[in-house]
Amino acid sequence: MEIIHLLFLGLAALAVVAAFNVILQRNPIYSAIGLIVVLCCLAALFLTLHAQFIAAIQIIVYAGAIMVLFVFVIMLLNVREEESRGDRQKYLKWIAGPLFIALLAEIAAVLRLVDTPAPAIANPNQIADPSTSLGTVESIAHGMFTDYVLPFEATSVLILMAIVGAMYLARRGSQAEMDRIEKALGGQGEAEPSTADDHVAV
Amino acid sequence: MSSVLNSIDLPYILGALIKIALFWVFIMITVAYMVYAERRVLAVIQNRLGPNRVGWQGLLQPFADLIKFIFKEDIIPLSVNRALYLLAPVVVLVPAMMVLIVYPFGPSSVPLPGGETLSNIVNTFGNSLGFDWALDLRRINLYVTNFNVGLLYVFALTSLGVYGIVIAGWASNSKYSLLGGLRSSAQMISYELALSLSLVAILIPAGSLDLIKIVENQGGTWFGFIPRWNILALFPAGLIAFGVYLISAIAETNRVPFDLPEAETELVAGFHTEYSALKFALFFMAEYVNMTTVSVLAATVFLGGWQGPLVGTYPWLGFIWFIGKVFFFLFLYIWLRGTLPRFRYDQLMNFGWKILLPVALVNIVLAAVIGILFL
Repeated sequence: MEIIHLLFLGLAALAVVAAFNVILQRNPIYSAIGLIVVLCCLAALFLTLHAQFIAAIQIIVYAGAIMVLFVFVIMLLNVREEESRGDRQKYLKWIAGPLFIALLAEIAAVLRLVDTPAPAIANPNQIADPSTSLGTVESIAHGMFTDYVLPFEATSVLILMAIVGAMYLARRGSQAEMDRIEKALGGQGEAEPSTADDHVAV
Repeated sequence: MSSVLNSIDLPYILGALIKIALFWVFIMITVAYMVYAERRVLAVIQNRLGPNRVGWQGLLQPFADLIKFIFKEDIIPLSVNRALYLLAPVVVLVPAMMVLIVYPFGPSSVPLPGGETLSNIVNTFGNSLGFDWALDLRRINLYVTNFNVGLLYVFALTSLGVYGIVIAGWASNSKYSLLGGLRSSAQMISYELALSLSLVAILIPAGSLDLIKIVENQGGTWFGFIPRWNILALFPAGLIAFGVYLISAIAETNRVPFDLPEAETELVAGFHTEYSALKFALFFMAEYVNMTTVSVLAATVFLGGWQGPLVGTYPWLGFIWFIGKVFFFLFLYIWLRGTLPRFRYDQLMNFGWKILLPVALVNIVLAAVIGILFL
């Protein structure tokens, strides 16, 4: 039992607890915070595998930008707490349980039977050899700009499409269009930003 | 248990912990006296005196403020979301402090006076506990740890600092807090982009994400007297990068002229309206720690960190140069506060997205072109 195993156990346990938190909490802000904790734990796990770049990018992009977007949306659009509803499709849980166990069995089988060698873990104090290490800055840059440069460019165009689409959807239209939207909404005001008050548990 | 302890490099971790503790003490003292320095320097700019009663020339003022904060009544409004309300100051403060351990504050392999006796003491202590140590403390490294993606770590933790403000604004359950929190965090994430991109342009002459190597690469001079600092590398890309970085950093830390989200005449006090006493002190402290972090990054990446004249012969002088450069940036922050009016929020966001971000992007291309032609 080395420190690396203890670290893995601790981080993995925290990640699992936070993940359960995401689905079991009623207040959506708490779920979002649970997801942030999961992402940070995953980043720490990447660090134990010497994939420093992936760990940093996980936090910069996923926990630091995408989840901020989620949290903004929850706050601004007044996403309320889940009210418990009666379960209308009661038979589903009888299917879900066995399927989950089947999934676990499949994962165990794959881990036991498939035999791929683990990728070489880079020595963190040297320049990593890009072709054999995994997840360091050098290896990702090497792959991204030589073997995978076309998918990289295609992904950039995809992101550009998303930006243009968002700008188009959020543009301020002509006066006639604004009037039409106002009328369709029935003259009600826009959604107010939510406050903590609305999420007090009943 | 012993196998766990054997798998840790205990001397290295203990050394790192000691350096972190020293660094933490340094940061706390810097933050406390930053508040005092700000009040005195602002007073000089505004042609008045500033606090000069408590202790000689007012130097004990931070302690007076601390005692006041501790004894203030801690008011927690009834309708706040208690867990998040109490968590928010911590989430703002901890990442800001965590960033500071990746910077080198002096050269590597510096002779430590008294190193022989210290090595003997530590080795006998370790051997008496059963470990087999043979440490050589005659030379130490003046950095906490050799982190090979130090710059990315900095970006990651500054991104996490946004959450504290968003949560503080939301959990306070008040219109002013919510709007202030949203404005402040939107400003922070907008200027984070320009900040990161300006540093990407500097990575081309710097050659590594490891901040220790970045500082080491800035040694030496051109033509015998111009220091080889990154701000002058790939002229003019380094200067443009420095300008973009400085503006983004001031916006990132919510300081004048970008401090609309927490200005007193707007939105009461922004996201920390409902916080009192020690929690407010934590937010206040977090703002100064952020300023220090950003100043240390500027001093390290642009002005050469601990490089300076005579560092080769007197290695501990590097620490003095480093502190001097950091304090210069902190003074710049205070100077700007006393001089400039603040931006309106839409002007601020316009500037960040429509002007600063394109300039940073074009600067990367410029730096790359100049780098290929001349490096």
